[in-house]
Amino acid sequence: MISLSGLTKEFPGGVRAVDSLDLEIGDGEFFALLGPSGCGKTTLLRSIAGLETPTSGKIRIGGVDVTASPPGRRDVAMVFQDYALFPHMDVTSNIAYPLRIKKVSRQRREAKAAETASRLSLSDLLARRPAQLSGGQQQRVALARAIASRPQVFLFDEPLSNLDARLRLEARTFLKRLQRELAVTTVFVTHDQGEALALADRIAVMNAGRIMQVGTPSEVFHRPTDPFVAGFIGSTPMNLLPASAEGGRLHVAGAVLPLPRDVADGPLVYGLRPEYADLSQSAPVGRRDVFSGKVAVVENLGTAHLVTLDSGDLLIQVVVPEGDEPAVGASAWAVPRPGRALLYRDDRLLTGA
Amino acid sequence: MTRHALATIGRATFLAVVLGFFSLPLLWLASAPFDAHPSITTSLPEFTFGNFRSLLDNPYVMSSLRNSLLQAAGSAALVVVLAALAAYALSRVRVPGRDALLYVLLLLSSVVTGTAAMVPLFELATRLNLIDTHLGVILTLSGGLLPAAIFILKDFMDGTPTSYEESARVFGASSLQILRHIVIPLVRPGLATIAVWAVANVWGSFLQPFILLRDPDKAPGAVILYTLYTEGGAPRLDLISTFSLLYSLPVVVMYVFVSRRYGFRFHGGIKR
Repeated sequence: MISLSGLTKEFPGGVRAVDSLDLEIGDGEFFALLGPSGCGKTTLLRSIAGLETPTSGKIRIGGVDVTASPPGRRDVAMVFQDYALFPHMDVTSNIAYPLRIKKVSRQRREAKAAETASRLSLSDLLARRPAQLSGGQQQRVALARAIASRPQVFLFDEPLSNLDARLRLEARTFLKRLQRELAVTTVFVTHDQGEALALADRIAVMNAGRIMQVGTPSEVFHRPTDPFVAGFIGSTPMNLLPASAEGGRLHVAGAVLPLPRDVADGPLVYGLRPEYADLSQSAPVGRRDVFSGKVAVVENLGTAHLVTLDSGDLLIQVVVPEGDEPAVGASAWAVPRPGRALLYRDDRLLTGA
Repeated sequence: MTRHALATIGRATFLAVVLGFFSLPLLWLASAPFDAHPSITTSLPEFTFGNFRSLLDNPYVMSSLRNSLLQAAGSAALVVVLAALAAYALSRVRVPGRDALLYVLLLLSSVVTGTAAMVPLFELATRLNLIDTHLGVILTLSGGLLPAAIFILKDFMDGTPTSYEESARVFGASSLQILRHIVIPLVRPGLATIAVWAVANVWGSFLQPFILLRDPDKAPGAVILYTLYTEGGAPRLDLISTFSLLYSLPVVVMYVFVSRRYGFRFHGGIKR
C-alpha cells in the first residue's frame, strides 16, 4: 500500500509541481495518474520512486515512512518512458542488473534472468543488445528487469507512449494481464485517458499539481466531479455549455430543458457527451428540448462520425452512427438523451439532468 | 568536350601537387633515416643502418623516449580521471554560470600553458620545488589540457540520458556502482579519445619541458631532438631524421591500437 499525505514538491523558481496532495493506493491495485502534460503526474511518480525529494509531506510504502529513503531502499521498480535499458549490456545482463546490485552470484542471476525472460517470451533474444530489439521487445525487457527485482511496487512512466499505435493496443492488453498475474501494486503515469480507462483499477485525474478526482474508470467517465475532468475524460471531449436555471426550466444554447429538482436558479454549466445525443436532420415538431445548428465539420471516426454543429456562438458535438452523417452546411438538430447530461455550478457537479 | 578534359586534367594536377606537398615530408621521414648522407631533399637513399647506430651512441636518446612515455602517460592518466569526474559533475549538477565557467576555462587554457604564461609558471614551479621534476611537467601540461578535455567529455556525458542512471539508482546502485557499471562503459570511446589526444599533445610539447627541466637525463624526446646539432650549430640531419622516425612510431602504434581496441564510436540512446 502506498499512502501520500500533504505531499508538496516545489521546484526552484516557485513552480509547484505537486501541491499538498493526499492519496491512498491499495495493495495489488493498478493505479493511473492521468493528466495533461505539466500537471505534475510524472513528478509525483518520481517522488514515490525517490528520484525527487518532496518539499513537504510524507510518503509511506507498505506502512513504512520512506520520505527520506534513497530510491534503492524503497523496494520499488520503475520502468522509464525511454525504458532506460543499458545499451552496452545484452538482454540477460540488463534483466539481471537488479540482482547484480543485490550481489546475487552470476550463475543464479543468469538463471533468474532466463526464467523471467521466458515468462515474457524473450528467450530467443537473451544475447542481443537493446539496439537490436524492436520497441515492443525493449519494453518487455524493461518490464522483465523490473520484475526480476521483485519489488513491492511497480512504477511505470508513460509505459506505452514510445510504441507505435498498432503495437500500443497489444501491449496494453499484455500489460493488464501481466499486472493481474503478478498482483503487485502498480502506479503508472499517462496523458492518454483511453489508456487510463482501459488499464487502471482506479484513476487519479490531476491538474496543476492537484488531484481533481479519484475513482474507478466508470466513475470518472460517468460522473466526473468537475468540468475539467469532464472535458479530459472521453475519446471525444464532452460538450460543456453555459446554461441557466430559471423558473424550474433549464436554458441551454437556445434549448429549454426540464430542470432536475433541488437545483436553485442561477448560472450553470451543462455537460453532455457527444455520444449521448442523437442527431436529427429534420426539425422535430413542437419540441424545445433540442439544440439546433448548422453542420460545420464532420470527422470520420471509423464506425461513427463526429459532427460539430454551429449553434450561434456555441459549438455542439454529436457522435452519429455510420451511414447517418449529414452534409456539411445542412441544418441539423441535436437531441440529448434523457438522464445523461451533467450539471455543474462553481466547478462542482450538482446532479445529472 | 576539350574544356571538360582540360578541367579534369587541371583538377588532377592540382590534387597531385597538394598530395605531393603533404606526402614529401613523410617520404623524407621514411627515407632519410636509412640514407648515409641525408640532405633536406628527398632522394633514393644510399641504404645504411649506420644512422641508428650513431643515434644510439648518444646517451640521452633512449632515456628521453622513456621520459616522454612517463610524462605522456602521467598527464593522460591525470587528465582522463580529473576531466571525467569534472565533466560528469558539470553535466549532471545544475550550477549557475556553468556554461560561462566552461568557456572561460577553455579560453584561458590556451594562455595558461602558452608562451605568455611561461614566466609565472616557472616562478610557481620554483616555489613549489617542482623545477627539474617529471611531476612539474605533468602538472603544467595537464593543467593546459584539462579545460578542453572537460569540455569534450561533458558533451559525451550530456549525450547519455540521465534515465540510465536513475534506473540504476532505483534498483539500489550506489554512485560509484553507477559510475563503474553505467557511465564509464558508455563514455569509454570519449575517454579513449581524450587519452590519445592528451598523449599526442604531451608527446609533441617542447617549451614546457625545455624550461622546467634542467637535467638532460629527465628531458623528453622533443627537447633532446633540439640538441642534435654539431658544435658549429649545423643540424645533424642523419640523427634528426632517425630520431624523428623513432620518436613518431609510438604515437602511430598507439592510434592504431586504441582504435582497434576501443573504437572511436559511441552507443547512443533510443529516441526520447
